[in-house]
Amino acid sequence: MGAPPDISAAAAFMERRHRWRPAEALPWLAAVAAFFLFPDYTAFGTQVLIMILFALSLDLIMGYAGIVTLGHAAYFGAGAYAAGMLSAHLGWGEPLTGLMIAGLTAAAVGFVSGVVLLRYHGLTLLMLTLATAIMLQELANVQEEITGGFDGLLGISIDPIFGLFENDLWGRTYYWYALIVLFALFLIARRIVYSPFGQSLSGIRENVGRMHAIGSPVHRRLVTVYTISAGMAGIAGGLFAQSNAFVTLDVLSFARSGAVLIMLILGGTGRLYGAFVGATVYMVLEDELAKLSPEFWEFGIGLLLVLTVLFARRGLLGLIEDLGARFGKAKP
Amino acid sequence: MADAPALELAAVSAGYGETVVLESLDLRLAQGECVSVIGRNGVGKTTLLATVMGHTVLHGGAISLNGADIAAAPAHRRARAGLGYVPQEREIFPSLTVRENLTVAAKPGPWDLSRILDLFPHLAERQANRGNQLSGGEQQMLAIGRALMGNPSVLLMDEPSEGLAPVIVEELQRSMVRLRDEAGLTIVLVEQNTRVAFAFAERTIVMNRGRVTFDGASAELDADHDLLDRLIGVGAA
Repeated sequence: MGAPPDISAAAAFMERRHRWRPAEALPWLAAVAAFFLFPDYTAFGTQVLIMILFALSLDLIMGYAGIVTLGHAAYFGAGAYAAGMLSAHLGWGEPLTGLMIAGLTAAAVGFVSGVVLLRYHGLTLLMLTLATAIMLQELANVQEEITGGFDGLLGISIDPIFGLFENDLWGRTYYWYALIVLFALFLIARRIVYSPFGQSLSGIRENVGRMHAIGSPVHRRLVTVYTISAGMAGIAGGLFAQSNAFVTLDVLSFARSGAVLIMLILGGTGRLYGAFVGATVYMVLEDELAKLSPEFWEFGIGLLLVLTVLFARRGLLGLIEDLGARFGKAKP
Repeated sequence: MADAPALELAAVSAGYGETVVLESLDLRLAQGECVSVIGRNGVGKTTLLATVMGHTVLHGGAISLNGADIAAAPAHRRARAGLGYVPQEREIFPSLTVRENLTVAAKPGPWDLSRILDLFPHLAERQANRGNQLSGGEQQMLAIGRALMGNPSVLLMDEPSEGLAPVIVEELQRSMVRLRDEAGLTIVLVEQNTRVAFAFAERTIVMNRGRVTFDGASAELDADHDLLDRLIGVGAA
């Protein structure tokens, strides 16, 4: 046996890899700056933050665990209806417990569907996720006494946050509310992806057979992350319901599932911050293009998606990293 | 079950779908015993290991690990029961670092990160690198290390020297010999390189057409090249 290897340098590198990097402050600083720079757009900004959270929840299952889905709106919608019905039917308008119940409801739906769906792969799984969201949407449509059906759920009234901060006409309170909720859930997501559990998800995405062979309970781990992701999507849906005081069948629609998928692909999968870039670019483009052409704004989104898929396979964030590396800068 | 064989296959027939590759194969390994398995390409060596791991269709026979029947268990339960598998293709997780590739497989036991890095000093120097940045030899060391992190009682290795430069094979051999002598593991080594196979284990099994055609001392085969020629149809490598 030779001398013990000197592993201190590499171990220190590993510690650094999971440590917060200065560049990670940028999106949060940008979110705070946006509040002051665009005071007339805080209601829009709140919707962007909600979609970032929704895309982040999708990144956990798609970017890290490799679960491709066309029905993630099922959980966004479950959370939105849970938070909305809590207020509209039970008169429970306390926002934080409302969000918690939205998250738990969506997580429960995610767990039950995940136990069944995640036994399948590829196209079968894709179709089953799509079918789940469509079935939920039709269920909400049929149960119109409870959900408001096609006309939407009315009568949602949310109390001031902590009994102090009322939602104002410009949505400024809810901007901070959404930002703080997003930050808290981002911390959880970040902890998950850098944990051994998160590493095992990457292993499952890259080689599921190998994970079986090293004794990893693959199905259980997939169901676990699917449930967590559904819960996060549900909280995003709850925020949506609370901030708009209105829920329609659109929250469960295929268009919403597709939009969040496009956001994540635009930003870059499996990198957490891809959700931030993708959702922001998508929402801002949608807003600006709709002003230019209310009927054909989706053409611009489609064109950007084509360009991204062709020339920036790792998303816009990956493109920025590649350009940074090309010009000799360190990767963020 | 201290007296039970570490691994026992009785009249095992197995293959892929309807195709039968292994035919009524018997194999019994005592606790701590090491055996090399040799044979021409396509005789069923890899299928033997894949069958033990539960990656093939078992058409008949029994498989037990430390006395427990594992024939119907899925692969991850076999791994949890004490099987470690180093596949021929290595199958390193490319986006995980060396350290993450090891820790993702960690289970409590004598093999931990520091012991793996001591066995493979090369990996210690590269532990911050991603799996896709490693050479073939380093990937092979990592594949063995990852299997050991699961603290198996029986380790199955499929042609670890394949495609490696001679100098790397020698380094790998030294680590494998240390593993054999110090770990007390039961090891099945499938190997095309007869020199490596004979040096590693005192017992060698020769396979042909899915059956065991020789089961005896490695030294006997090493000394009798005519016998080796008859069994596998080629001279010693």
